[in-house]
Amino acid sequence: MSEITIKIEGLGKQYKIGTLKRHDTLRDQLAYLVGKRFSRNGNSNYSSSRGFPASQAAPAPGSDTFWALKDVSFDVKRGEVVGIIGRNGAGKSTLLKILSRITEPTAGYADINGRVGSLLEVGTGFHPELTGRENIYLNGSILGMKRAEITSKFDEIVAFAEIEKFIDTPVKHYSSGMYVRLAFAVAAHLEPEILLVDEVLAVGDASFQKKCLGKMGDVAREGRTVLFVSHNMAAIENLCGRAVLLDQGRIAYLGSVKDCVTAYMDSGNSFTGADVDLSNHPARGTDSLPLLKRVRLLDKSGDAKELFVSGEPMKIEFTFNPVTSLRNPQFGIGVNDWMGSRIFSITTYFSDSSLPPLDNQCKVICQIDAIPLAPGRYTLSLSAGTIGNLLMDNLEDAVSFDVESVDFYRNGRVPEARFGRVLVRSSWKIATQ
Amino acid sequence: MNSQLAIRNSQSSALTTLRIAPSKGWVSLRLHELWEYRELLYFLIWRDIKVRYKQTALGASWAIIQPVFTMLVFSLFFGHLGKIPSDGIPYPIFSFAALVPWTFFANGLGQSSNSLVGNANLITKIYFPRLIVPLASVFSGIVDFLLAFVVLLGMMLYYGLVPTLNVLWLPLFVLLALVTSLGVGLWFSALNVEYRDVRYVVPFITQFWLFATPIAYPSSLLSQPWRTIYGLNPMVGVVEGFRWALLGTKTAPGPIIAVSSAAALVILVTGAFYFRRMERTFADIV
Repeated sequence: MSEITIKIEGLGKQYKIGTLKRHDTLRDQLAYLVGKRFSRNGNSNYSSSRGFPASQAAPAPGSDTFWALKDVSFDVKRGEVVGIIGRNGAGKSTLLKILSRITEPTAGYADINGRVGSLLEVGTGFHPELTGRENIYLNGSILGMKRAEITSKFDEIVAFAEIEKFIDTPVKHYSSGMYVRLAFAVAAHLEPEILLVDEVLAVGDASFQKKCLGKMGDVAREGRTVLFVSHNMAAIENLCGRAVLLDQGRIAYLGSVKDCVTAYMDSGNSFTGADVDLSNHPARGTDSLPLLKRVRLLDKSGDAKELFVSGEPMKIEFTFNPVTSLRNPQFGIGVNDWMGSRIFSITTYFSDSSLPPLDNQCKVICQIDAIPLAPGRYTLSLSAGTIGNLLMDNLEDAVSFDVESVDFYRNGRVPEARFGRVLVRSSWKIATQ
Repeated sequence: MNSQLAIRNSQSSALTTLRIAPSKGWVSLRLHELWEYRELLYFLIWRDIKVRYKQTALGASWAIIQPVFTMLVFSLFFGHLGKIPSDGIPYPIFSFAALVPWTFFANGLGQSSNSLVGNANLITKIYFPRLIVPLASVFSGIVDFLLAFVVLLGMMLYYGLVPTLNVLWLPLFVLLALVTSLGVGLWFSALNVEYRDVRYVVPFITQFWLFATPIAYPSSLLSQPWRTIYGLNPMVGVVEGFRWALLGTKTAPGPIIAVSSAAALVILVTGAFYFRRMERTFADIV
């Protein structure tokens, strides 16, 4: 039973930054190439003009390529359930895309023994105009099921999705919950020898999520080989025996799931993001005095880290040197999203916190009881001054941190990005006239 | 019994080791893989047919309206006013017999050119032989073709035209239209992934191609050897073949059809290889 099902050797995937800067039309492409000719800044490896693959010798420092995945090697034995964890952009999805043959690697190889089913998304190919019944067949065949196989599992799929009454209604009339349940139900009945799953459990309401996790557990116990990408550490710890931690495209840790999750949570600590020396920080404005010396982001036990979950308390601790005695000191913190938009600001000025006059170097601590932010990456802009000059020292985007999703509303419902960057708890009632 | 099964299983999976590695240069078409995925092809064709006229007031009658109205316009301007010759056949049926395969070709070309971009969500999320996508969009046009063909048979009845045994060749000409449509569609769909210009180029080319094909006029206007050389446009072979098989035009188009078939095959084979070569980047840039 120790047979190797997936053997990954030196796998790498290189993208051109040019792929991200898209040149959608021939005109854009020509404009780009002409511009290139005149700028003469080397970077001649655009000549292939494709997104990739460049020859492996090409990526000179400062060139417009990057490795989304690099030198990844590991083996997966038959029947093993392996978790893949890491931050956004660590290469998790790229790895699954290569293994499911959606995209080609640039280097290395992977040998796969057995029929692969991949679930990078639920409901791939669902057509809104088709009925539930029709979409089960369409989606099933897209996922690689045979028609006879779908027919034999049809009733089970419908029962699992709990949509018996609406099976002959076009799915465009479904509620989003029904849609997702149906999509997952089809996917859950896929029976390949090797299953690649990317974060598809974060769908539906709490009870359905529980059902999905249960189904995944069944799949794992049936002795199928599973590679499972998730941000849900609880799910990873429950389902997987082993895990791989990816960081910037490379394997940062490979081993037992417990150690790997610990390594991942620790990787939030002691990174430059959590504890930043501000004395010579490039983000400081030219007219600013270097009064802020250091900033640390602390969790409730006082450890510096840059990975928080929504709703977690956070302390922001400045080391501040007023140089001369400062009466009426004022501090401000602006929270920005990855686009650079200000989400909100917290200041001593608005909260009318009166701090004592400061004479010597001290620590200033700002306490946030619950981070009200949706998952994502954020930066903090910092300022310090007095009531007369609020911006004696000012640093834009001085420190960054990540927020991961958690059950913020304590009901299993995790809002998607389109619902906004800020999470607010609320209560509702009807007042009769 | 059980252990035997287990051994068989492990043997079969040992045989199916799949190596995923960077590919270089021109690659095989992997036609056997198309065969393995034939059910997906079937379901995509079925989806395209089911969805095509959803939420339209006139539904599938669009398949007939398009060629019939073009035929009426052609008959009025080219036939009635322009007095363009029609090989001794009433002009309306002369042009309609050409418009039916032409519409099949033009719609197939349009649909397949946009097929990869239109199915980007599939391509970036799941693996299957990408050739299936343009293939399905060309095949799904067959239903429209059959509807228009019924109208064509009705017109033949009206004009009292009885086809000869030549009609047995008709499936070959349908196949020729399909091959041409698919061949050009493969080129355009692969190009469209990177250059969205294709979206604007295709309607323009289709219009140009319509007049470069003897639909409003007979190819007998050309003298030999130009008439045979004209067959390099594969749709010339299709259109002349249709007229010959159904209406019994005197100009037996043998050489034209041979040239057209060769041209269509060249387009198809080069298109398929170009498509496979570009395929490796589809998911990254679509």
